[in-house]
Amino acid sequence: MNNISFDKLDKAFENRVRLQIMSVLVANERYDFNSLKDLLNITDGNLASHLKALEKEEYIMVHKSFLGRKPNTNYEATMKGKQAFKEHLNTLEQLIKLQKHT
Amino acid sequence: MEEKELQNELASIRSIMERSSKFISLSGLSGILAGVYALIGAYLAYRLIYQGPTRIYDSLSVDAYPETITYLIIIAVAVLAASLITGFVLSSRQAKRKSQPIWGKISQTLMFHMATPLVTGGLLILILLSRGYYGIVTPSTLIFYGLSLVSASNFTFGDVKYLGILEIVLGLIAACLPGYGLLFWAIGFGVLHIVYGSMMYLKYDK
Repeated sequence: MNNISFDKLDKAFENRVRLQIMSVLVANERYDFNSLKDLLNITDGNLASHLKALEKEEYIMVHKSFLGRKPNTNYEATMKGKQAFKEHLNTLEQLIKLQKHT
Repeated sequence: MEEKELQNELASIRSIMERSSKFISLSGLSGILAGVYALIGAYLAYRLIYQGPTRIYDSLSVDAYPETITYLIIIAVAVLAASLITGFVLSSRQAKRKSQPIWGKISQTLMFHMATPLVTGGLLILILLSRGYYGIVTPSTLIFYGLSLVSASNFTFGDVKYLGILEIVLGLIAACLPGYGLLFWAIGFGVLHIVYGSMMYLKYDK
């Protein structure tokens, strides 16, 4: 019976890094690439690929700009992304409750 | 997924949300030390001011006591510098332990929100001092410091907000009771820092 609930977990958040990225973008209006990298302590390539995946799901928006000559990329969670994150957390919560009862 | 794993997942989300939006490396110990410096400074100022038969606010004028004012400013600047250095050193140690960058997005936001009321107040006080309004120093330092804490509190521990409110209230009371400036100053910057610093040390420093 637990399997039904597990299906509800968002596939896009199966990976921990993606879930962490989403947590940051829900808690903050915008976050830039380098600060994200420092916070999550992962490599450029790793972070970039997970951001790409979230962007493809339309969970995040990308804002590109320049700080002087350096490119500065900011990320922002979309409504769809925030909704998906909320539902994912709800499902996690329900799963915990469910397992406490069984 | 095991229950433990689910719990870990939720805990990691909570921690990352907090670490991404709040500077949680503020050191409580540095608050205690800042309070101690302030009390030492207040004691030195007391010795300086109250050595004569008159109390300073009865008789103070720049012409009469030019050196006293200079000494007081030196004491105040020394206390401020020592507190800032201690705060920076201990907080960076704490930041390393909590794996949060000391000079990152959040600490910069925190500093900006703290500096805006603080620099405004500091400049205003210097301007008024230069025009001879000595009585405003204690209430306005306390009030502007309190405002800066309240404004910074969104980006660090919530306790800082209450410390800020207390400083503001103390400043307003001090404004009603001219002549007790040094006493209020010692309570606001000394005693309150030691009390709050100890609370935060016990709560967060470990």
